[in-house]
Amino acid sequence: MSTRTRTLVRASLVTLVVIAATFGLDPFRNFQLATAAAVFAAVAGLTVLVGLTGQLSLGHAVLMAAGGYGYAIASSSVVAMTSDDGAAAVTGSGASPGAAGTLLPFLAGLAGAVVVAGVLGLLLGLAAARLRGPYLAGLTLALVIALSSAASVIGPLGGDQGRAAPFLPVPGALAALIAVEQWHAWIAVTLAACAVTPLLILRAGRAGLRMRAVHDDETAARLAGIDPGRVKAGAFTASALSAGTGGAALAIVTQNVSPGAYGLGFSLLLVVAAVVGGLGSLGGAAIGSVLVVTLPWAADQLAGTLPADLTARLDGNLALLLFGVVVIAVTLAAPGGLARFLPRSRHA
Amino acid sequence: MDTLVFLVAAGLARGSVLALFAISLVIVWRAARVVNFAQAAMAVVGVYAGFALTAATGSYWLGVAGAVLTGALLGVLAERGPLRLVPRDNPLPGMIVAIGLVMVLQAGLAIAFGAAHRPVPAPFPQRPLSLGGVPVLSPYDLFTLATAAVVMAGLAWMFGRTSLGLQLRAAAFAPETSRLLGVRVGRMVTIGWAVSVAVAALAGLLLVPTELGLSPHAADILFVQAFAVAVIGGLDSPPGALLAGLGVGILTSLVTGYVTAAAAPLAVLGLLTAVLLVRPAGLFAAREARTA
Repeated sequence: MSTRTRTLVRASLVTLVVIAATFGLDPFRNFQLATAAAVFAAVAGLTVLVGLTGQLSLGHAVLMAAGGYGYAIASSSVVAMTSDDGAAAVTGSGASPGAAGTLLPFLAGLAGAVVVAGVLGLLLGLAAARLRGPYLAGLTLALVIALSSAASVIGPLGGDQGRAAPFLPVPGALAALIAVEQWHAWIAVTLAACAVTPLLILRAGRAGLRMRAVHDDETAARLAGIDPGRVKAGAFTASALSAGTGGAALAIVTQNVSPGAYGLGFSLLLVVAAVVGGLGSLGGAAIGSVLVVTLPWAADQLAGTLPADLTARLDGNLALLLFGVVVIAVTLAAPGGLARFLPRSRHA
Repeated sequence: MDTLVFLVAAGLARGSVLALFAISLVIVWRAARVVNFAQAAMAVVGVYAGFALTAATGSYWLGVAGAVLTGALLGVLAERGPLRLVPRDNPLPGMIVAIGLVMVLQAGLAIAFGAAHRPVPAPFPQRPLSLGGVPVLSPYDLFTLATAAVVMAGLAWMFGRTSLGLQLRAAAFAPETSRLLGVRVGRMVTIGWAVSVAVAALAGLLLVPTELGLSPHAADILFVQAFAVAVIGGLDSPPGALLAGLGVGILTSLVTGYVTAAAAPLAVLGLLTAVLLVRPAGLFAAREARTA
């Protein structure tokens, strides 16, 4: 088997195992799993970008939001078109449209997410190709702050309220078997797998080698016939596509995209997840994403047992404090992140 | 016309605070080659200290001194603590440690003092004075402009005309050579941090009365805009930061006045993108060594 086939087989197996595991989780855990899967897609894109090419993007939340908006707008406009044409058919067949009725908006939404996030990522990548560390960080930071501004200035983005994404019900054949949270977890996990597997292949192949070469010594890479600008722009675009798919998954799970959900705090959390997991490691990105989703929840559970006054103050902040300490500790003491504790494959 | 004059004047006042904060980022970048993402959080800690001191003693000036000293102390602690341990070979770990510091400081402040906005009174009236029938600047704006001008002049004097300034510049420019010539480079880096965060705390203190109030996130937008300003100016260049700061201040003021306040961050992003596409290292950056 070639490396690529092996990667594909392994990725499918892991996806199937995770989907099977959803049967052991209650609806809330499944919701958390779906969120973590969506975050994982974005963190995976970020960790490949930072770890392999050394470009620090603080704006991956905006790329996620781009995917979410792309999904919500494309999907809901397809829903609006089909319901205009076949309103009688839909009302005739009962309240919930059939599998074909949700498949088309879903696919259109995904296409929208990929196009919007891809175009934004390409534009950013072209800028990033010319910028070094702090300049790129500054540009992406300004981008995060401009998101809510863009949402209120650009009409179709729907201001602070954001856009609603159409609800995806459980298909009829599965309706008796699984709850909607579990179904959404399946979708999110599958989307994350579709987003991350190409990154795995990219990283293991020629493109990954070029990225590392550009990161290590740009001049030497140039002498070896590599165009650093093109490699950086390509890496940024690939990373944005993954983040955009994650955004689409999050839009499906929460049925909404709003600028408030993709603020500066969330964007920094994505960086935290990538750093804690170990920059460049996709397994580490998975660990980091799960931490980013579950640690705030666990901290709030813990704070909930304390007196009400203290709870209000600790709400959300305890987890932030922990993340801050962990990020500093990991960067200083264990730059490899948690991925060091994962079994290493020979091809990594 | 009246509106234009008023907006430009208000933009100048805001721009002077932006420039001051941007210069604080430039100082630490020159001293340690680190973009201090925690600058806003550290400045806000200083402002909290100053606010508490003013509340306890009733003197605004003691509060100013307290904020500046707390800022300087925080700069020393951050540099002597986590940032000294960061590997120097690339800027990434420094940035990430600073991001971690932001989280620790902001969460710590919110836990200690609550996340709500506390109103902060200005030491001077904020009603604009009229100049020939046109409302222009308030006494507080004038105070802001004057303070920023005095501090920047003081910094220019210190860096350009004193032995300490020469040592600071030498340590930043050629650490190895300076060390051979007897400059205590480590100490210079620490002093750079202390000066930088003290200036940032002062900028935060000047800003807070004109905004919603004091909260752990009070200086976040200031930081992002000041960072954009520093990058536009060229990260290495204090005059660049000053010019870009005034420019961005006037730009956001005009956009807020003529379009909508919500469009201001977009305008800053647009300006930043345009400048970086034409000059990837900012307007006033020193020439890079050629790479190929």
